[in-house]
Amino acid sequence: MRRQRAIASENVRLRLIRKIDDFSAKNLVKCAVYASSIIFFFTLILIPPIAGILENIGKLKTIYYDPSLLTSANLAIINSFTMAFTVATLDLIAALPLAWFIVRSKMKIVNFIDVLVDIPFLIPTAALGYSSLLFWSSQDGISRIFGMETLIPPGFALVLLLHFAFSYPVIVRVMVGELLTYREVYEVAARTLGAQPFTAVRTITLPLLKPGIIVSFLLAFARSLSETGATVIAAGNFENGPVFIFKNIDKVGEGALVYVSSVLILASTIIFFLIKLLAPSLKFPIKRAFPSIERKLSSYEVVKFRDGATILVFLIIVVAPSLFIALPVLSALLDGTVNEMVAGSELWNVFWRSMLISYAVGSISTLMNVVFGLPAAVLIARRKLGRATSIFKALVSIPIIVPSIALGVSLKFFWGKYGFIPEFWVIVFSHTTITYTYFVESMSAAIEGIPVEMEDVAGTLGAKPFTIFRRITLPLTKYAVFSGAILVFTRALGETGAAKAVVRTKEFQTLPVLLVDWIINKRATSSQSALGIGLYIISAFLVLLALRFIIRERRR
Amino acid sequence: MPSIRLVNVTKKFGGITAIKKLSLTINDCEYVCVLGPSGSGKTTLLRLIAGIIKPDEGEIYINNKLVNDVPPQERNVAYVPQYYALFPHLTVIDNVAFGPLSRGLRREEAYKVGMHMLEMTRLAWRAESLPYELSGGMQQRLALARGLACGAKILLLDEPLGALDARLRVELRFRLREIAKENGLTVIHVTHDQEEAIVVADRLIVLRGGEIQQEGPPSQVYNEPKNIFVAHFVGGANFFEGFIAETDPHGSWVQLRNGFILRVNETRWKVGEKIVIMIREEKTEIIKGIKRREDINLLPGTIKEASFLGDFVIYGILLDNGDNVNSKMPTLLGIGKFKIGERVYVRLRTEYLRAYPYPPQGLYQELKVM
Ligand SMILES: Nc1ncnc2c1ncn2[C@@H]1O[C@H](COP(=O)(O)OP(=O)(O)OP(=O)(O)O)[C@@H](O)[C@H]1O
Ligand SMILES: [Mg+2]
Repeated sequence: MRRQRAIASENVRLRLIRKIDDFSAKNLVKCAVYASSIIFFFTLILIPPIAGILENIGKLKTIYYDPSLLTSANLAIINSFTMAFTVATLDLIAALPLAWFIVRSKMKIVNFIDVLVDIPFLIPTAALGYSSLLFWSSQDGISRIFGMETLIPPGFALVLLLHFAFSYPVIVRVMVGELLTYREVYEVAARTLGAQPFTAVRTITLPLLKPGIIVSFLLAFARSLSETGATVIAAGNFENGPVFIFKNIDKVGEGALVYVSSVLILASTIIFFLIKLLAPSLKFPIKRAFPSIERKLSSYEVVKFRDGATILVFLIIVVAPSLFIALPVLSALLDGTVNEMVAGSELWNVFWRSMLISYAVGSISTLMNVVFGLPAAVLIARRKLGRATSIFKALVSIPIIVPSIALGVSLKFFWGKYGFIPEFWVIVFSHTTITYTYFVESMSAAIEGIPVEMEDVAGTLGAKPFTIFRRITLPLTKYAVFSGAILVFTRALGETGAAKAVVRTKEFQTLPVLLVDWIINKRATSSQSALGIGLYIISAFLVLLALRFIIRERRR
Repeated sequence: MPSIRLVNVTKKFGGITAIKKLSLTINDCEYVCVLGPSGSGKTTLLRLIAGIIKPDEGEIYINNKLVNDVPPQERNVAYVPQYYALFPHLTVIDNVAFGPLSRGLRREEAYKVGMHMLEMTRLAWRAESLPYELSGGMQQRLALARGLACGAKILLLDEPLGALDARLRVELRFRLREIAKENGLTVIHVTHDQEEAIVVADRLIVLRGGEIQQEGPPSQVYNEPKNIFVAHFVGGANFFEGFIAETDPHGSWVQLRNGFILRVNETRWKVGEKIVIMIREEKTEIIKGIKRREDINLLPGTIKEASFLGDFVIYGILLDNGDNVNSKMPTLLGIGKFKIGERVYVRLRTEYLRAYPYPPQGLYQELKVM
């Protein structure tokens, strides 16, 4: 009896799979799946921001009637790029030695440092901004040690420190990955040929690692260019592009917004592709060696000093300001703010609603990106579009190059025309747009890692496309699907810029927008802000932990 | 009747023509080796037959059915790629059962077929292992078992033994042939190891630049190479450039460099024609002592080197006219027989000499193995 039922249920399963299989083998169906993912990309990701700006390009001229506004807008734009460039360069200099240390050192402390590196990743940037502000600028922070009211007041320097901190792990992570795959034999060979360790690294290792260095530089650059929430908190009177838009979005005419957004979008895209094109031809100075200087640079003392300084910078400028938020959160837990929260008030009702919206937005946009991003990732990884693949790939990378608040502004214009679309969905769409690249790029990299032959062979063994995908491609990339989804989710959860730009009514403020508002407009006490931030971090952390746990389980 | 027929098949990748107007018939139960240098289109040929890529021109028939537009999963052809492409996340038995399951077999039956294949390839005891836990030889057998499990009677092997060490390679190639014959399979076995090809094949196909240079039983290809390239690629050969100095009804006289003269039995040449003469390394003969007047095809030279290959030795001789000759002989007969620097004669018997027209792009270019 039982056996029969088992057979019957397997029959149903088999029949279903065969149906889908046969269906998937039809060219028409294959085309439809790919086409829908391309259509999704164009209609929801690429066209809206471009159309949004283009349709309003006429409003540009209004900014010329207001010379002082134009001047400050220009200054803000220039500040954005100066900041991003400075931050990416400094980060590269400071983070490369740490990546090196993590990969090459045999000390136990490495494991500990390796964990610490991810902290600025785990804390949403708006929270990180507040943490930095308290650490560097408030009298409860480091300023006290120096007996000062505020060691580093909000402004250029604080923004620089902040951006340095949150872009730092990007470079470490990319470079650790590169160094792990790099084969040390070349360096060893160079040294057996008589090169000092420093010379060997400079002339052999670094040039070979150049692609990784460029990628990490660009990622840090884009991250600094795009960040809004934390920057607004730390900015003081300093204004870069995102801060300018954030502060002026409800005040100035649309002309200024169109101006700043379009220039930011255009310039960042151009600069990004220029660096990508030109950087590979930058040469490291490899034709000369300086044996005596380089021997000194390779000496035990110098290396120790370098490691020490690297770790010190990492601990003081990256780790401490990121973790500092724990102190005010703790004190908020003890000083009765919690009771007030539990009792409930208008303030906290709004807070919980925002949290709900943030998680809903994060989940839905993640789901949309996974469903429509997977076929797009396959298209890119398997170069199914022929020559057009490179173009498609470049287009896909645009959303993370462009400052998200600038994207948000154009999306606001675009979706604003369609008044019938509920505001919630406009917010979901814009979060989908700014996170799309993360999923597709990480996924296509993972699929590229599977030899095409694996799929070809499965085909000759009789498997139809759906079965190949279900039993070969997906199991082999499952981990990447999950981690890509997590990346999208955390990104969506932490996004301030785009969320601020598209939101029209207070009810739909996402959590980071609300918290930034609390902090810079002093709508809540510092205790309440700290508690809010704490709950934000902890909830995000728990969700991440839960997701990671699920992945681990599935991976077995 | 598992047979394969290609008619005028062409496959291009951008500007490269990987397969050029290739026609080929492979019969039921035949074991065919495709031999060719790197880039000659061997893998492309297999991928065309398996249906992974489609020809730009021409037709492919399997069992007399035109399959140009039939997708791989419908062709019932087992393709074993060069590095096997075993599914890393599936156990040995899951790998083997993948084919039957994909073809819609019930789980139980699929695993029964799988187990049977594992027994045949002597892997049953590792059924629960993951592919990376197997040795190279086991992985090779697993790839084979997986290919056979879906019931295909046509087996396409891309350098099946290329990843194995020399000893295992020799052992497994006979096993491959055995399995094929036991199961009545039609096999195309791609390799660039000429020894392997000669030993296992019923028929040899020599490929170059996407074109068939020669096909036939291994002994025929070896003994009667159709052109210089085949002679060079299948087995060791010596080449001499020269031109026809004189012809008569029984043969021709060929003038080599610096006035050396050779007699060949061929009469198809005209006086003054530029040609290349070929002789197999093992068919040359080294002679000590003095030349008698009536001796023909006996050329003076000096021993320049001796290479020991285990069961064979090869002596390298620099002829007095500047040409080089390699002479291969069984170690038992040859080792230590000649000293470096020793003056000798080399005998090139007329019945072993073959003449070919001089290649338009030069001898060196023609012999180049890409
Ligand atoms: N997918 C492809 N795209 C572009 N060119 C290709 C592709 N596949 C093969 N080629 C080209 O076609 C020619 C034949 O390649 P093929 O792989 O068939 O050679 P092969 O005989 O198998 O060589 P090897 O012994 O090195 O495996 C080569 O010049 C190769 O560069
Ligand atoms: Mg090949």
